[in-house]
Amino acid sequence: MIYLWAFLVGGFICLIGQFLMDVVKLPPANVVSSLVVAGAIVSGFDLYEPIVRFAGAGATVPITSFGNALVQGAIAEGKVHGLLGVITGIFELTSAGISAAIVFAFLAAVIFRPKG
Amino acid sequence: MANQKLKKATPTMQKYQQFAKAREPARPILRNLTVAFVVGGLICVLGQAIQDLFIHVFGFSQKDAGNPTVAVLIALTAMATGLGVFDKFARWAGAGTAVPVTGFANSMVSAAMEYRTEGFVLGVAGNMFKLAGSVIVWGVVSAFFIALIRTLLVIGR
Repeated sequence: MIYLWAFLVGGFICLIGQFLMDVVKLPPANVVSSLVVAGAIVSGFDLYEPIVRFAGAGATVPITSFGNALVQGAIAEGKVHGLLGVITGIFELTSAGISAAIVFAFLAAVIFRPKG
Repeated sequence: MANQKLKKATPTMQKYQQFAKAREPARPILRNLTVAFVVGGLICVLGQAIQDLFIHVFGFSQKDAGNPTVAVLIALTAMATGLGVFDKFARWAGAGTAVPVTGFANSMVSAAMEYRTEGFVLGVAGNMFKLAGSVIVWGVVSAFFIALIRTLLVIGR
């Protein structure tokens, strides 16, 4: 059942992205940035985790989850260390994604030649 | 910006712009929305399958399985981008591949590859975040203020 919800929720978030590109006519970078901010705002009201619970990867794979992870990491550290924690905690949960992207992008630049 | 340009243009130029605009192919919006929905949904289903693999085969908890799943998707995207397959697919799928984490990974990998000719320090390393940087900056700045408000609310109570 979670697969159906992952498909529907993930697809719907991409549909919003395509709508912003084609109808609102935002450039792709602005669309993706807007979605990250949207994810962060939803997360600020503690409403993102409930979506993850029923949609699984449908909510964790789209880029909105990056905004959610930034906020949740900062709030969690903020609870422990106060205002300083907000700064130290921001990358707490997103480290895996960013580190992986840096390492694999570097390796790809070493191994592959651009085509076309 | 487009309007400012239009004001500065001579009447002939304005006429031409109207002429060109009328003949511009209309964006197939319904088709694009459908493809984005289906492709984006399928990428999330793939992500769910990878996540279940981590949970059931490698014994990760539901919460801890998210991170390795994203890492695997990024690695797959790096491979597909390197082989030149991803960009063709992305052009067809639009937001379907741009909105999932695959789009974030693709922007970093393609920037790294593109600038390799300028060397590994200023080229690859300096340009890797050229496109992905906007996402990180907007994400971090908005997350900072949202978490700040939440933290102040807790302290104030």
